[in-house]
Amino acid sequence: MRLDSKTPSGPVEKRWDNCKFENKLVNPANKRKYSVIVVGSGLAGGSAAATLAELGYNVKCFCFQDTPRRAHSIAAQGGINAAKNYQNDGDSIYRLFYDTVKGGDFRARESNVYRLAQISVNIVDQCVAQGVPFAREYGGTLANRSFGGAQVSRTFYARGQTGQQLLLGAYSALSRQIGEGRVEMHPRTEMLDLIVIDGKARGIVSRNLISGQIEIHLADAVVLGTGGYGNVFYLSTNAKGSNATAIWRAHKRGALFANPCYTQIHPTCIPVSGDYQSKLTLMSESLRNDGRIWVPLNKGDKRVPDQIPESERDYYLERRYPSFGNLVPRDVASRNAKNCCDEGRGVGETGLGVYLDFAESIQRLGQHVVRERYGNLFEMYERITGEDPYKVPMRIYPAIHYTMGGLWVDYQLQSTIPGLFVIGEANFSDHGANRLGASALMQGLADGYFILPYTLGNYLASNKLEKVSTDHPDCKQALEQASVSTKKLLAINGKRTVDSFHRELGKIIWDHCGMARTGEGLREALQQVPALRQEFWSNVKVAGGPEEFNQSLEKAGRVADFLELGELMCRDALERNESCGGHFREEYQTPDGEALRNDEEYSYVAAWEWKGPNQAQELVKEPLNFEYVHPSQRSYK
Amino acid sequence: MKLTLHIWRQRSTSEKGRMVSYEMADANEHMSFLEMLDVLNEQLIGRGDDPVAFDHDCREGICGSCGFMINGIAHGPRSGTTICQLHMRHFKNGDELWLEPWRATAFPIVKDLAVNRSAFDRIIQAGGYITTPTGNAIDGNAIAIPKEDSERAMDAAACIGCGACVAACPNASASLFTGAKISHLGLLPQGQPERNGRALRMVQIAQEETFGNCTNIGECEAVCPKNISLEVIARMNRDFLRGSFLWRSGSGGDGG
Ligand SMILES: Cc1cc2nc3c(=O)[nH]c(=O)nc-3n(C[C@H](O)[C@H](O)[C@H](O)COP(=O)(O)OP(=O)(O)OC[C@H]3O[C@@H](n4cnc5c(N)ncnc54)[C@H](O)[C@@H]3O)c2cc1C
Ligand code: FES
Repeated sequence: MRLDSKTPSGPVEKRWDNCKFENKLVNPANKRKYSVIVVGSGLAGGSAAATLAELGYNVKCFCFQDTPRRAHSIAAQGGINAAKNYQNDGDSIYRLFYDTVKGGDFRARESNVYRLAQISVNIVDQCVAQGVPFAREYGGTLANRSFGGAQVSRTFYARGQTGQQLLLGAYSALSRQIGEGRVEMHPRTEMLDLIVIDGKARGIVSRNLISGQIEIHLADAVVLGTGGYGNVFYLSTNAKGSNATAIWRAHKRGALFANPCYTQIHPTCIPVSGDYQSKLTLMSESLRNDGRIWVPLNKGDKRVPDQIPESERDYYLERRYPSFGNLVPRDVASRNAKNCCDEGRGVGETGLGVYLDFAESIQRLGQHVVRERYGNLFEMYERITGEDPYKVPMRIYPAIHYTMGGLWVDYQLQSTIPGLFVIGEANFSDHGANRLGASALMQGLADGYFILPYTLGNYLASNKLEKVSTDHPDCKQALEQASVSTKKLLAINGKRTVDSFHRELGKIIWDHCGMARTGEGLREALQQVPALRQEFWSNVKVAGGPEEFNQSLEKAGRVADFLELGELMCRDALERNESCGGHFREEYQTPDGEALRNDEEYSYVAAWEWKGPNQAQELVKEPLNFEYVHPSQRSYK
Repeated sequence: MKLTLHIWRQRSTSEKGRMVSYEMADANEHMSFLEMLDVLNEQLIGRGDDPVAFDHDCREGICGSCGFMINGIAHGPRSGTTICQLHMRHFKNGDELWLEPWRATAFPIVKDLAVNRSAFDRIIQAGGYITTPTGNAIDGNAIAIPKEDSERAMDAAACIGCGACVAACPNASASLFTGAKISHLGLLPQGQPERNGRALRMVQIAQEETFGNCTNIGECEAVCPKNISLEVIARMNRDFLRGSFLWRSGSGGDGG
């Protein structure tokens, strides 16, 4: 297979305009004749479903939560980037583009990133119009903060609940369309498979999570906005239900999966406290604006933090990266924290933690200012740890947070299956090997509000789509397969719970395909994961029956997919003999421990093609070209 | 830490439920309440019993999925905290706890501790939005919004739609939820054009959904994990009155 990114020609700043002009349009009266399935109601899916319905398409939208408003986007804390240059600090579309390509360690498509930076400006306007209560200055203008990997202040925020407010904006737009009968909403419904007829995506197989009924929904095109796959690691900052099932099953129907090994470890999360732990909690990166990160200078120093004098503290990020200091990108901050802990300088009971200290800011700004900026995050920290961060420094440690990899899409956001579009975290498109903070919300909304509505129209206008019915043999086959595999999971009736398999998988992936990877470790993982998968299919115990509300069964299906995806992640990481962004191979580093890319050989997108169960997947490469931002060794010093 | 748990078990909406008791021997103070239930569920599955169903997702107190009664208090004993953020260090060895789902006609039980809150969505669909189709927006800084207004709008917008307010209210009223959305949008300049009609429609739908009236008892505010203030109900009532007056006088709900 050859991959065509369909990147438009012309100067980068004109490409999106050219593309929009060249794309075919569906005339307003005809839009009513088309139906579109949108799976996902997060920032990407929610904004897409609302906008498509506004345009006149018939939309069916699906989510597994009890209401679209609870999609995982709700949990995003810190903010959303936009190149508004309201602060007059030298920001521009070009600078946001530049920062994102560089932050992604030169592994993203320039054209896509430029478009994202262009659209960022419209997103904030759209959200303000919807009533998103962004933070304001006393004069009534919008306020900004800084995020890692940038030297300008371009992040818009609503306290520490930016994702919540943006999602409620999208949800309100979606609700208006549901109320007006233009979107048929299916909450508590999980997509189990993609229906492909004559090579085109024409529908999905879904399971009603309350009744257990498995059904078919057909349409003229399918959009997946189903989020990331960070939960492969079991412990992650993602919501418990976040899963890869929709994209993975689409992958098995022919959509290529790109860069699965590019996962992001977030530097500031609350450390793990015990083996019953069910998830990890992020402390927003925005805290690095005012918090200083440090560990004791000397190994094994077990004194409480306020007993350690300034001269015996190591503010290692400020020391090593004087120009970015505590605001280096996430991959750099995470790796440095890991190194300090590996050296025996970690803090807290487990030694897997570093301090994030606000003492100086509290002194400089006053406690009330710190409370206004981060109050809810401080409360959350206190609730979980029982410690008061106004008095003692927070303890933080890196945790898996975001997945840059995802289904491969071209410039039109279309996957390798015609008629299947993928948006938001579920695709691989814009962040290369490392995502900058506050850029995921931006991407989800750019895709959903501003890009997909154009590109989907082009697909519908340029293809003649025959009517299909649920009697089609491909529909029947997909339906049958979904119910057989559900029954199979229930019939195993082995000895181990789904969670116990999931935890074990997570540990393997964290140890071997986490913050630092080696060829040897990855080869080991490639033995362990298939073995675990085999055991899963013969020894898992899933409670309950198929036709009822059955959370144990839901989890089992998701973990079955993680067990396959986890293997592909390791495979991809092993194949990429270089370090870039979040993918750090210990064998490939500079003398001072920074990621060492190999542009000669690895300046490509690695897209994987499914070849059948237990068959090796085939690697297809999309070469990357850099015409504007020339690849260099990233330096934040 | 050892606990005795009495949990409401109900297989489906149509079947009858009952309290079932469990001895929980393996809790510890670092766990969250839901992690303690995870441990219980692992044990139940191991024994071949049906695990306890409860809604949850983010486990960070923001998605609003989780929530049930612990000893008659929505989200349990700590104020300003969702169940997923409640930690076992607030309980002690030997405690006996009664766990029950939200109880309200408008929230039918789905299974065990999980309920159907889709009535909340229908209230929002009736008017909990600003009509602003994608692509029509003016520059974000074109309208200056006083910091104080935007902060107050944010206080109301912090609602997570968990339903604790309904569960705590003797009238099963959805006024805190509805008032929070009406206040969030009504405090902002963008929300003015539709303000009256919005209140009118949302309040009417809340009644049709069988939520009760507010009689100012204040239980909702006490259990709200996001500390939404009763003030939002006063705002709702005011906007509703204005809306009904304008509607009756023929100038339409909207526009006001
Ligand atoms: C704790 C946290 C904080 C973050 N903070 C920030 C931040 O400050 N700034 C930033 O830019 N980014 C942040 N991110 C990242 C960002 O929140 C996500 O990348 C983004 O919200 C993803 O949006 P999405 O619409 O692609 O997917 P999601 O919001 O994950 O939505 C997925 C949707 O798909 C549905 N779904 C999934 N699978 C299925 C299925 N099989 N069947 C049916 N429906 C399905 C779900 O129900 C849901 O509606 C944060 C992430 C986390 C975890
Ligand atoms: S699980 Fe999301 S608020 Fe509790």
